[in-house]
Amino acid sequence: MSGFAYRRRKTVSTVVLGLCASSAFVAVGVLALILGFVLVNGINSLNLDFFTHMPTPLGEPGGGVANSIVGSLLIVGLAALVGIPAGVGAGVFLSEYAGPRLGNVIRFTADVLTGVPSIVVGVFVYSMVVLKMGHFSALAAGIALAIIMLPIMARSSEEMLKLVPRSQREAALALGITRWRTILSVIIPAARRGLVTGGLLAVARAGGETAPLMFTALGNRFFSLSITGGPMDALPLRIWRYGIGPYSEWHQQAWAASFVLVMMVFAISLTARLVLTRR
Amino acid sequence: MQVGRGKSAAGLAGRRPWGTGNLGDALARAVFAGLGLSLLAVALLILYELVLESRRSISAFGWAFLTGTRWDPVDQVFGAAPAIYGTLVSSVIALILAVPISLGAAIFLSEMAPSWLRSPLSFLVEMLAALPSVVLGLWGIYVLIPWVRDPVETWLGGHLGFIPLFDGPPFGVGMLAAGLVLAIMVLPIITAIARDVMQAVPSSQREAMVALGATRWEVILGAVLPYCRSGLVGAVILGLGRALGETMAVTMVIGKGYNITASLFQPASTAASTLASEFNEAAYNLYVSALVELALILMGITLLVNILARLLVWRVARSPEVIAE
Amino acid sequence: MKTDSQIRPGAPTMSYEMRVESEPQATVSEAEALSEGVVVRDLNAWYGSFQALREVSLLVAPRRITAIIGPSGCGKSTLIRCFNRMHEVTPRARVSGQVLLRGEDVYAPGTDSVLVRQRVGMVFQKPNPFPTMSIFDNVAAGLRLNGFLVRRSQVAEAVERSLRQAALWEEVKDKPNRPATELSGGQQQRLCIARALAVEPEVILMDEPCSALDPVATLKIEDLMRELAREYTIVIVTHNMQQAARVSDHTAVMMMAEDRAGEMIEFGPTREVFTYPKDKRTEDYITGRFG
Repeated sequence: MSGFAYRRRKTVSTVVLGLCASSAFVAVGVLALILGFVLVNGINSLNLDFFTHMPTPLGEPGGGVANSIVGSLLIVGLAALVGIPAGVGAGVFLSEYAGPRLGNVIRFTADVLTGVPSIVVGVFVYSMVVLKMGHFSALAAGIALAIIMLPIMARSSEEMLKLVPRSQREAALALGITRWRTILSVIIPAARRGLVTGGLLAVARAGGETAPLMFTALGNRFFSLSITGGPMDALPLRIWRYGIGPYSEWHQQAWAASFVLVMMVFAISLTARLVLTRR
Repeated sequence: MQVGRGKSAAGLAGRRPWGTGNLGDALARAVFAGLGLSLLAVALLILYELVLESRRSISAFGWAFLTGTRWDPVDQVFGAAPAIYGTLVSSVIALILAVPISLGAAIFLSEMAPSWLRSPLSFLVEMLAALPSVVLGLWGIYVLIPWVRDPVETWLGGHLGFIPLFDGPPFGVGMLAAGLVLAIMVLPIITAIARDVMQAVPSSQREAMVALGATRWEVILGAVLPYCRSGLVGAVILGLGRALGETMAVTMVIGKGYNITASLFQPASTAASTLASEFNEAAYNLYVSALVELALILMGITLLVNILARLLVWRVARSPEVIAE
Repeated sequence: MKTDSQIRPGAPTMSYEMRVESEPQATVSEAEALSEGVVVRDLNAWYGSFQALREVSLLVAPRRITAIIGPSGCGKSTLIRCFNRMHEVTPRARVSGQVLLRGEDVYAPGTDSVLVRQRVGMVFQKPNPFPTMSIFDNVAAGLRLNGFLVRRSQVAEAVERSLRQAALWEEVKDKPNRPATELSGGQQQRLCIARALAVEPEVILMDEPCSALDPVATLKIEDLMRELAREYTIVIVTHNMQQAARVSDHTAVMMMAEDRAGEMIEFGPTREVFTYPKDKRTEDYITGRFG
């Protein structure tokens, strides 16, 4: 066996694998680069006022994003209230009831729905809700985010419910427990860790969305708690508006708001992962 | 309270002590079925509503909407070709940049990384996926664009300016920047799916190659990659699907040019960026209808791509975290 | 007195000591089975287009232990799953024929399978306590989730009674709120028995209840079975002939036909089936010539 040919193959192997390793670190490096800038630029503008105050009039320094944070919480809360139970219910249907053909059709539809651009969902909800209501609202934004969360929750819930072993279902049924009671009291609790993880990840995803909010909640420089009364602000919207705006104070606040948003999204995602592995 | 023995008297067709007999099960089934079918309903409704609202524009422009290159709200002329072109080109650039890195990273995660490194590294890659698009866009405007303008475009224009791709002044904003942010957005998706697909390859395949005296790379090239070929293609296509629909980061770095040119340095538009910039300003019905038709076209393109991807990737082991993307 | 292995070489030895206290093994009387036990008449069962049981008929005497034996795949589990209508839980499974529980056909139109399962309990091959519930909650599950009992005191009483009946009370009385998964395999199986007992069934089905357990746990469960047989009708599926010989009053033998459908070839008092089997196939199976 030729030593030279072998050594060359070995060299090729080492080089290529080295490239692969570098790729992995490039990916992580990009993340670090982005997070680094967000951190550095954002942390300067962070103070208590930032969290508790409203935005100041145009051009004036100071002010905060309190209304944006509250708006985000309201809108995402609304979306989760509808999207998570509906998604879990759809997942239950796929896992416990649906026959193979109907199940495949619904599964396929869910997968395809997750691929619909979120801005298209925004356009849809604008047409169906905002136009009919006559104005922008947190409700419309909540509906848009719920539509985005629904197929995600459905698929992840189905996978988690399927992981519950068949023996559990049999044990419950053999005791003479009805099907729906078995699902509610035995299967869903058994799958609860995975379901919670799925819910948290869906919330993290929804919380970072901007495009569907642009035509439904619009954004609002003032504080509002009204769900159906008018435009509502949200953190991503604020970052967008301040980020592309003309004032450097706005840019500062955009970085700070980005820092807050990223921290929240990451915290939720991290919690989701911990729930799955620890609790 | 005698629970057991008294049951015989009630008989087997009697009533259940809890709830309202069979009604509970029938009701539950109906509720869950309704929720399951709601997915179909939502999908069909979106399609229906978009088609409905586009009718005005469709009847006004017909096929010319797809080929027209002028988008003029003042003159009420709308042609979507540059937007579609921009969507496709920016996504292709993103794939060209992202796929090699994604596959490399996936190979590292699946085949090379020691087990203690695998988990945290995968986690970091998934964190990149969780990054909100608007934050990436912000970073894009203030960090990426200046870098793209100088040194990247300056260098490319200076040394390779004869190629039409690199023709023109280095604006910074434009197609190239858009391709770059899209690459960053799709990178984690392709990596995660490719890694899952590779990990699902049975170890017997690798062992067979090793037994033949293959080097580590040859094992991957010969045993792993061919086995999960369709899954890898599916991962790339799923990434493409994501790139096509991506809005915020792209809108923030692509500028606002509306034409079809070869130059990557020119400001451009995608369907999504056009929607984002103009939808709230659309003042009259035809304008809105044209924008909705644009949304419909965008949805059609992403739908086709996603269906293709799902047909390839379906049935491959996937974690719920990936599905959530 | 000759032992059984002297009468029939290869037949499992029955220990006399274990049988002495029980009543003499009579043949199963149809009247008795009809009024208080289980009668199976011409039962056929399919999974989709595959026939798993063909024309099975059987009499199960009340308050006795009936063992169903036979080689793997002959449909023993399918048969008992028809007793409590668990068979139909599998998609595309169906049944024809009758299973009479105290004279009432569980497959009569209009019969509620949930009610059937409340009167016919089941213990599975692999112990399957609910992992998210405590020991107490596991035993109480059937009572609570069926809506039978809701008052805490009544539930506690029922749980203690069932755990005593399952010979598990002494071992868990100090830790009823511990997760059920902390128990050993044998304890988990007794927990599953307690859980089934809590609903106060008339018949208890056991599908190879000891096959996942060690010999010591197995013997404990066999003792438990004999205790329970004073009050409950017990049907046990087992591939362990020695166990069937040790424990049961009556034995039913099943075989797989050429088209892989299961058939009942013989049943009667255990002693008779093992020492003077009527069917050649039974004899071959018992003496280990196949299966």
